Amino acid sequence: MSKEHDRGMSIIVKTVTRLTVGLILLYGIYIILHGHLTPGGGFAGGVIVALSFINLDLAFGGSISAKIFSKGSTAVVEALGAVMFLSLALIGMKYGGFFDNFLHPDGNAGQLVSAGIIPLENIAISLKVSAGLFGIFLTLIVLQKFESEKK
Amino acid sequence: MISEGIVPLFVAIPLAGAFLIALLKRIKGISDTFGILASAGTFALSILFLLKMEAGQRVIYNIGNWGGFNEVLGKIVGIQLAVDGLTIFMLLIVNFVAFIVALYSVNYMTRYTQKWQFYCLFLLMLAGMNGVLITGDMFNLFVFIEIASLASYALVAFGTEKRELEASFKYAVMGGMASLLILMGVIFLYSYTGTLNMADMTGVLAGSQQPALMYLIFGLLLTGFGLKAAVVPFHAWLPDAHPSAPAPISAMLSGVLIKALGVYVIARVFFTIFGFPHQISIILMTLGAISMGVGALVALRQWDMKRLLAYSSISQVGYIMLGLGIGTPLGIMGALFHLFNHSIFKSLLFLDSGAVEYAAGTRNMKEMGGLSRKLPVTSGSTLVGAMSLAGIPPFAGFWSKLIIIIALVEANHMKLAAWAVLISIITIAYIVKVTRFAFLGALKDRFANIKEVPVLMRISLIVLALVCIFGGLLLIPEVRDTFLSPAVRVLISGTGGGAGS
Repeated sequence: MSKEHDRGMSIIVKTVTRLTVGLILLYGIYIILHGHLTPGGGFAGGVIVALSFINLDLAFGGSISAKIFSKGSTAVVEALGAVMFLSLALIGMKYGGFFDNFLHPDGNAGQLVSAGIIPLENIAISLKVSAGLFGIFLTLIVLQKFESEKK
Repeated sequence: MISEGIVPLFVAIPLAGAFLIALLKRIKGISDTFGILASAGTFALSILFLLKMEAGQRVIYNIGNWGGFNEVLGKIVGIQLAVDGLTIFMLLIVNFVAFIVALYSVNYMTRYTQKWQFYCLFLLMLAGMNGVLITGDMFNLFVFIEIASLASYALVAFGTEKRELEASFKYAVMGGMASLLILMGVIFLYSYTGTLNMADMTGVLAGSQQPALMYLIFGLLLTGFGLKAAVVPFHAWLPDAHPSAPAPISAMLSGVLIKALGVYVIARVFFTIFGFPHQISIILMTLGAISMGVGALVALRQWDMKRLLAYSSISQVGYIMLGLGIGTPLGIMGALFHLFNHSIFKSLLFLDSGAVEYAAGTRNMKEMGGLSRKLPVTSGSTLVGAMSLAGIPPFAGFWSKLIIIIALVEANHMKLAAWAVLISIITIAYIVKVTRFAFLGALKDRFANIKEVPVLMRISLIVLALVCIFGGLLLIPEVRDTFLSPAVRVLISGTGGGAGS
């Protein structure tokens, strides 16, 4: 057997995870982009995106996802999301007010690209939430390793 | 006239500062610069508002440009920000103390690692407090209370030692409970009035009979905000949380956070929205009187300098509550003036305790002694703060306590007036203990080589001490009319008295 089965859960879980993790990520992105049309949005979608990364770690054990998305970069992405959110709100002040929807003030119901800054704000929130949540998860597993090494 | 377009900047500037610090943390000195710039910016904005606002003016700002819908639909749709006399009064205090604390932290926070996290959380807390002050929307108020509280939980645990973590956990549990009660109060209020806008709520409540539901709402909101303000039955978290935080944060928590999140919101909600019913007056006066007594008596027994000051905060918030509870123009003026004074002298005293810890490395007053020879600026400013807290005549604290006591006598509450005088004598006793044991007496050998604190810390101590000395000048009629009276008038108009101050 190859080395990858030394750690993590059983082969069934690993196979299912391998098949579904991309779909979970895509579903998260779908929720984010359709936030202004259907229930969901930046926060819910961001949580799903973060869960797809956490799923990898849970199934395969160790810190596979930390190689894709390190703890330092989660902090940067999180701050970027927050800055993006705030700067979109501040740009609105030039056009009429804080959080003014300056791109597309009168949207058409049901149309994807007609809501002005709302999808952009959703993307900003999703960056913040997904990176933040995943960062918390990474911090917790680092702490757990630290504790078990002490014992 | 002033352009209402700059109102959101009170929240946006500290938020931008916090996020940029998190993004650019690797650049050296960026957190100090942004921390000071952001708090100086909001302080400058609040001075601008003080100078430019006309008397009795109420600036309204519609977030997201939703103002047009109000006329079409006949009711307020979006979130409104509202700035009036009381808001400006509080904004000035909060942002002034925040600016001084940011200056002080540049040197003080070198004791800790991860300075950027400190400034990031500090600015988030400032954004939350400014948001609480400027919002005109009940649910938005809850959101900003949560922002400020969450940042403060993390800041209390900043040292990450066992004691700090325990205090922070206790604080988080009590604070979470308070937030839950506040949220339930807001939900019931919304279900009863059908609106979340504070001005709308006032209108709906003024024209209706008050059913039993209102008493439930009073109870929920009073308990929730009482927990945030740490009045006595709800004070258990404060003596642990405030001393555990780093000294600049203790100054922020005791100086402004419990007032912005507790006292200000109680005044705003119960005076301007509920029109100050008679029961609330009795409850506030009772809670205030109990807080004064318990805080002062327990403070007498403390040997940890910061813990003593924390109990003293409970006692002094009691004075403010007592003044608000009287409900007369003079009582409210005394309460607000004491709020201002307490913010200044309690921040000063906490920063002093931090300076002593920075220089001598201890907070236990039994181990100190004779420090005035080695730390002239620290001991001098502590003396000024202590005199102001004790209510010695030329200092600012004397005038506000005097006004509260006169207001009590005028409103015929003789026993409470006597109680207030008695407690201020006990206040002198415990604050003399600080100056006697820490700064006077013989210098111990182990302190022979300590040095006075760095220059930025000294500057912030001296500025606050000067405000303590000259704070009484705010009562001169010309100054009072621009700063204190507009704030008092907002609360008076809420009580329906309109007697003028």
